[in-house]
Amino acid sequence: MTAAIVLEPQAPARRRRHSWTLILGLVLVGAVAATALLSLVWLPYPPDDTTGGRLEEPSWQHLLGTDKLGRDLATQVMIGARIALTVGLGSVVVGALIGITIGLLAAFATPWLDDTISAGLDVVIAFPVLLLAMLIVAAQGASLVSVMVAIGLAMSAVVARLTRVLTKRVLGEQYVTAARTSGTRWPGIVARHIMPNIWPTLSVNLALQFGVAVLAEASLSYLGLGAPPPNASWGRLLQEAQGTFVTAPVGAIAPGLALIALVLGVNFVADGLRDIADPARRRSR
Amino acid sequence: MSLLAVSALTVRTAEGRVLVDDLAFDLAAGGRLGIIGESGSGKSVTSLAVTGLLPPALTVDGSVLLDGVQIVGAPERRLVGVRGRVASVVFQEPLTALDPLMRIGRQVAEPIARHRGLRGAALRGAVADALAEVALDDARITRAYPHELSGGQRQRAAIAIALASRPRLLIADEPTTALDVTVQAQILRLLDDLVEARGMALLFISHDLAVVSAMTSDVVVMRSGVAVERGTVAGMLAAPTDPYTAELVRSARSLDDRLGRR
Repeated sequence: MTAAIVLEPQAPARRRRHSWTLILGLVLVGAVAATALLSLVWLPYPPDDTTGGRLEEPSWQHLLGTDKLGRDLATQVMIGARIALTVGLGSVVVGALIGITIGLLAAFATPWLDDTISAGLDVVIAFPVLLLAMLIVAAQGASLVSVMVAIGLAMSAVVARLTRVLTKRVLGEQYVTAARTSGTRWPGIVARHIMPNIWPTLSVNLALQFGVAVLAEASLSYLGLGAPPPNASWGRLLQEAQGTFVTAPVGAIAPGLALIALVLGVNFVADGLRDIADPARRRSR
Repeated sequence: MSLLAVSALTVRTAEGRVLVDDLAFDLAAGGRLGIIGESGSGKSVTSLAVTGLLPPALTVDGSVLLDGVQIVGAPERRLVGVRGRVASVVFQEPLTALDPLMRIGRQVAEPIARHRGLRGAALRGAVADALAEVALDDARITRAYPHELSGGQRQRAAIAIALASRPRLLIADEPTTALDVTVQAQILRLLDDLVEARGMALLFISHDLAVVSAMTSDVVVMRSGVAVERGTVAGMLAAPTDPYTAELVRSARSLDDRLGRR
């Protein structure tokens, strides 16, 4: 009998389809982050400097013009970058810590407790973020922390649901059984097998949630539920520019473009991460 | 005292379907036993029941004494002390039994670190030794992910992981079924040598009479969760008492005839 030699087809060299979105995303997020960092050490004008004249056109003195109180708009947008990134990161940290904990609990819970947690998560997801934010602001006062907690709590339910599903899938995998047969305890299995295997999907989702949080922060600030006045959020800049949009459109366009740049950048990065963070997607198919 | 004593083992699904019915067998330290049966005969359920790994939805009755520890109904805390230290399992499909996102070296290192308390350079040395023992000498394999290895290499790695905790009983659940025939022969020889060299007991589960007979002389034949026959492979080939065993032997023979193997 002749030996049948089966040659595995070589995996085609992976096309780097994701690279331009990832690079563009990193550039956009990097630009916003650099602006935010710069705002900590240098600003064109002091944030409360109202000497620029009201609603000035963009000029060399005021690159983006001034607002209706005579403040330099570029200064306000730079501070806004800092606020947007801070709230985005803070919300993701709050949402991830609470969400992953609850999701893991649900995945390991008895069916009854699992159903109860899942129903609770559905309630939180159905609960308007706006109402949640109003309640928290009413209880704690308007502050950056209140905004981060409100957005983070709303986000945590989505993260918990995803964590629960991903964990259950990994728990059904034979390598978990194999790890248990060799005597690994549950905490070890969570740390060494479950978290690494759900992280690629989870981290992409968290990156997308970061974008959602930035938009949510702008919305809350627009409605006056965001950080109080000395903090110039992009959302509040939009709100302040609303009445003068026709005469001085730059006041709305500048923070609007900044928002788009950051959220789009984050989404591009998330897309690029999905291709990189998951070795399973790297393997030939 | 036998290392593994199973008596009146019965496993039922939540709907009341019986997967294993009143099964009993003994395995002495250093002894070997084969369990043979077709798909759905309850042989894999048996191997999971022995290490207390059955999903909670299944109800288990009877007794499984592993090194004197009652497995049936035992809390997780007690099972953790037995798993790995007393018994390890090699599964059918090594690709799914290995963590896809963990390098092979780390997967081997984990049970070694836990059971032998090694760290640092000593641990790295022990990992290299464990892989060399299963003829995976190439240093690149330590750094490889499971999907970068061949099926045979993966199963060798899985065997190294199972043996890393120095168990006294190795449960091999269809360890060569997912492999092609030449690799299958190599893996069987490797298992045979390692079990022999370490004086381990072996519970070998397979649907393949020829494979089982290469590894053990004593077998239990299972069908629909019931042990229909037990005895030596030689005796069974010569004079099967149960009609199902006779059928197994006859079909194995006719396959051999057609392949011109006899």
